[in-house]
Amino acid sequence: MWIHRAARHTATILITVLLGGLLGATLLRFAPGFGVDEQELDTRLSGATIQALRDSHAAERNVLVFYARYLSGLLRGDLGVSRSLQRPISELLSQRIPVTLRLVAFGLLAGWLLGLALALPGAISGKPAHDILPGFLSGALLSLPSALVAVLFVLIGGPGPLAIALVIAPKVYRYSRNLLAQTSAMPHVLAARAKGLSRLRILLWHVLPIAAPQIIALAGVSVSIAFGASIPIEVICDFPGIGQLAWQAALARDMPLLVNLTVLVTVVTLVANSASDLAVSPSSGRQ
Amino acid sequence: MKTLRQFVWGILILVFAASLMAGLLAPAPYGQQFRDSTNAGPSRRFPLGTDELGRDRLSRLLYGSRVSLLLAPAAALLSTFIAALIGGLAGYLGGWWERLIMRFIDLSLSLPWLFLLLTVRALLPLNVSPVASVSITFALLGLLGWAGPARVVRSGVRSLTSSGFVLQARACGCRGSRLLVMQVLPNLKPILQAQFWISVPVFILAEANLGLLGLGVSEPLPSWGNLLRGLENYGAVRSNPWTLAPVLLLVIVMGSLHLVFPGEDYYS
Repeated sequence: MWIHRAARHTATILITVLLGGLLGATLLRFAPGFGVDEQELDTRLSGATIQALRDSHAAERNVLVFYARYLSGLLRGDLGVSRSLQRPISELLSQRIPVTLRLVAFGLLAGWLLGLALALPGAISGKPAHDILPGFLSGALLSLPSALVAVLFVLIGGPGPLAIALVIAPKVYRYSRNLLAQTSAMPHVLAARAKGLSRLRILLWHVLPIAAPQIIALAGVSVSIAFGASIPIEVICDFPGIGQLAWQAALARDMPLLVNLTVLVTVVTLVANSASDLAVSPSSGRQ
Repeated sequence: MKTLRQFVWGILILVFAASLMAGLLAPAPYGQQFRDSTNAGPSRRFPLGTDELGRDRLSRLLYGSRVSLLLAPAAALLSTFIAALIGGLAGYLGGWWERLIMRFIDLSLSLPWLFLLLTVRALLPLNVSPVASVSITFALLGLLGWAGPARVVRSGVRSLTSSGFVLQARACGCRGSRLLVMQVLPNLKPILQAQFWISVPVFILAEANLGLLGLGVSEPLPSWGNLLRGLENYGAVRSNPWTLAPVLLLVIVMGSLHLVFPGEDYYS
């Protein structure tokens, strides 16, 4: 049964990635400035050179042909060449992915620990006073764009990787705190409380097992949030990861690199969501 | 809690009114340069000082607030409209149509939208005017932010179409567009309003992120995004703390919006 579910998830991921890549490439193709190169503004270039620059985009004009070529290259392990950096994309990705993975993994781990550490005291004690400071902190952090969190970190000289944690933590806190509060109000929890069980025991045995599947489901979503936050944080804190590469590619209008990065992050997001989905089904058995 | 909400509403109305009256309240036009007073500190003439080009910071903050606070709701209106159309159709038609539209919504939700937003925003024509850039930036936010709300709308329509009063209307012979317009849409209003208000802070944050990355509203037109870009001059911020005024205003407005309309954000 589990293998069937895993196979279905894998098939869904493959189809979604293929369609997602096509959708991404189509959006790029029909963007208002597609095919325009900044070098065209250089007044020193002759008409023939500008025409040659325009012709270099000709292969990308038919989005289906571009995407078919991209997929056939992908099957051979060839991701193409970055137009702006003039280097093989596979080489760029192999250099940049470890940086982003380390940053995102640290940010997720620290963000989840911080978010849960803020949510649990209020859930254990049940006193609203324990939620005032965490509520204020999470509200303040949710009010800041991730790029601004990175800027403030640079200003105070804080460690950059922690910036992703501060983007994730308030979301984890709000979601898990609401979920724990809802679960704590369920009849079986009230019955356990009436029987005189300690608050910690109620939390560990009667609240967390019920809330766990939905908290795990947030883990999948938090991966995509962390990758989204990694773009401005890598740019501002100067981490040479794929977020910074995406920004450089966006500024340089490097379509092959952008399509590859979009597909890569889509795969990571889908795998994370599927993994949390598969993890939820066995753990939800207790309900 | 009610008093706090009223207070927060008061703040939001005050900021919104001040930004709408930027033309009256601002000491100078947002693009006017006072070249004899570049990087000036706060004074009677320039209450928040001037930037490196000699432009009055208070005027730019007021006009920038107007751009962000008018266009983020416009983008939210666009995304809520698309969500209502697509989610409403999925929920109302049901069957194969619903499954097909839901797969499309799932596909849209699985794409890394900040990556796509960066990309499509970067592919704007090179000679685009500031007004066109601000319109396109917020239109893109609206066009890319419909998928999450569409899911909620579809669930709302599904529960409405199977509710007692709709069944009764059907039994009375009310069908098709009449049923949709007279029975379903009026009851969908609270869901659409909630989705609209949840989207507003999301789009304000998205524009701020794009602005900080240099891909938001083009100069000289101010917005909260490109005003925050001034903070990248780290040395100047340490010695001139009044340059943090846009951060303070953003936190106040966003905190107020989160307090009044709690929700999720996808782009931060």
